Amino acid sequence: MTSAVPSLLSPDGSQSPPRSAAADLAQETLALCRRLFLQLLRRPSTLVAGVLQPLIWLVLFGALFANAPAGLLPDGLSYGRFLGAGVIVFTAFSAALNAGLPVMFDREFGFLNRLLVAPLRSRSSIVLASVLYITALSLVQSLAIMATAAALGYGWPGGGGLLLVLVTLLLLVFAVTGLSLGLAFALPGHIELIAVIFVANLPLLFASTALAPLTFMPPWLGWLAALNPLTFAIEPIRAAYAGQFSLSAVVLQAPYGDVTASGCLGVLAVLAVGLFLLIRPLLDRKLS
Amino acid sequence: MSAVQGAGAGPVIELQDIRKRYGKGDRAVEALRGLDLAVPQGCLYGLLGPNGAGKTTTLRILATLLAPCSGVVRVAGLDALADPRGVRERLGYVAQEVALDKILSGRELLALQGDLYHLPRQQRDGRIAELISLLGMEGWIDRRCGTYSGGMRRRLDLASGLLHRPQVLVLDEPTVGLDIESRAAIWQVLRQLRDQGTTVLLSSHYLEEVDALADHLAIIEDGRVIAAGRPQELKAALGGDRVTLRVREFSDEPEALRVQQLVQACPGVRQVVVNRAQGYSLNLVVEHDGVVEQLRRQLSEASLPVFALAQSRPSLDDVYLQATGRTLMDAELAVAGSRDAKAERKQAMR
Repeated sequence: MTSAVPSLLSPDGSQSPPRSAAADLAQETLALCRRLFLQLLRRPSTLVAGVLQPLIWLVLFGALFANAPAGLLPDGLSYGRFLGAGVIVFTAFSAALNAGLPVMFDREFGFLNRLLVAPLRSRSSIVLASVLYITALSLVQSLAIMATAAALGYGWPGGGGLLLVLVTLLLLVFAVTGLSLGLAFALPGHIELIAVIFVANLPLLFASTALAPLTFMPPWLGWLAALNPLTFAIEPIRAAYAGQFSLSAVVLQAPYGDVTASGCLGVLAVLAVGLFLLIRPLLDRKLS
Repeated sequence: MSAVQGAGAGPVIELQDIRKRYGKGDRAVEALRGLDLAVPQGCLYGLLGPNGAGKTTTLRILATLLAPCSGVVRVAGLDALADPRGVRERLGYVAQEVALDKILSGRELLALQGDLYHLPRQQRDGRIAELISLLGMEGWIDRRCGTYSGGMRRRLDLASGLLHRPQVLVLDEPTVGLDIESRAAIWQVLRQLRDQGTTVLLSSHYLEEVDALADHLAIIEDGRVIAAGRPQELKAALGGDRVTLRVREFSDEPEALRVQQLVQACPGVRQVVVNRAQGYSLNLVVEHDGVVEQLRRQLSEASLPVFALAQSRPSLDDVYLQATGRTLMDAELAVAGSRDAKAERKQAMR
């Protein structure tokens, strides 16, 4: 309690050397990101559960429909191989849907105020850190599921196919993360956020082509599934797994017309950009 | 010191006619109703007032967490509403409800904080090491925050408010609920800070704390500053001596009122207030020494017992009583049951 006192406790009157905005932004975003990853490493249950749940889907659902009548699936595909793409997308989707939870807890416990008192170069770094964290987390989980599915004999997409899978997942994760972060600022508390996540999760899975092809569904459900964003992520990945990798190939024969792989990616990209534009005014208001 | 912006030139914190309302329509609550405050450079300034008087709202406005409905906010020469980031760089804020990340260690939390203030890595780690030894945190700083006691949390929060060596440090009830040792440690650091040129503004509803620490103080009541100045000056301005009279250890209201009438008639007694919080004792303001003897005679003539009859110079409590018409303790009791913790948490939530 002695010699260090004078310099430490006196106000810093020196003008710190001017730093670029980019350097400041990088420092604050990385610091916020590091915090989220430290939390994950010390409490890995989110990571484990996020891999375990889709794995159970894959094994149980795969077994349940293993004896599905021939002709149910196009091109004589086995159900396990058909299901793989759906479970991969579901994994990334669920992880991204939870993106808002840490933000919501920071709001509720007041940790967010600690961040808002600091002279952040831009408060977008709070959102950016969440997006980076969730993207990395959901990709790791999806890759773990893909590796397990490959080990179970459900195949592995080739080089170009893998790229298509990753791009598709990225677009989906961005869109859903935007939605979840928007909800985290719009809803009053974590109870409401969890309720919305709970209600959205399974119906979106069932009303998609994850578990059954469009041809198998009654027309009204087929329409729903053909409009469901998850379907636009599932079908390109399914095509990539089938090895028939081409962006211009038709991957979805929807009631309203044929959709190519690039069309699916386009829809997801528009959705991601649109959602971020939609939540921006909300974030600006809550973080101003 | 000369490099510090705004040194010597006027107050370092200036609030003019601040108004703040929470909620809308019938359920609106007016937290601040035209609050004025001027904090001189380099002093230790105390904001004194009961819970719900508007202290926290005032400090949150200074920390740029809240925007007032109207009024002028200047910190270190900057307009806080036009340049909030400039104010954040120069101001350290230690909130009352300490939000920590349970999973991080104290050292990791400080490092995060240092990065949010854009300290270069070496400087950041050097200052963290210094603060750890200054605040005696060596023994537990690498443990997770979830395991900390109240005193540890408050010290860690003080450290994080000091990390960027701010010109102005704002603390909301920094010692509420703390053990004596932690309180003494925090008081010592606050005094050192003031001596080294940092302006320290703290809120408190402990009279002794403000009396012991503050060079200047302002009494806040009902969203307004109703008295401000140096403690000695405020006390001296009151004049007269203070007498506390208790006919019984615990009296009741009718008896207190009866005695009040009796002593009020006594020549040399200027003012009599019934202090409900202290077992209906009577607080008197008297002209000179002889009055106490006079009182003793009158009480024994009325065959009333005397449990305690004490005389003293005016204290800060008397300053408060004079300004508000009730003791701080009474004010505390009056609002104790009427606060809505849930609504207050909502106000603080983004």
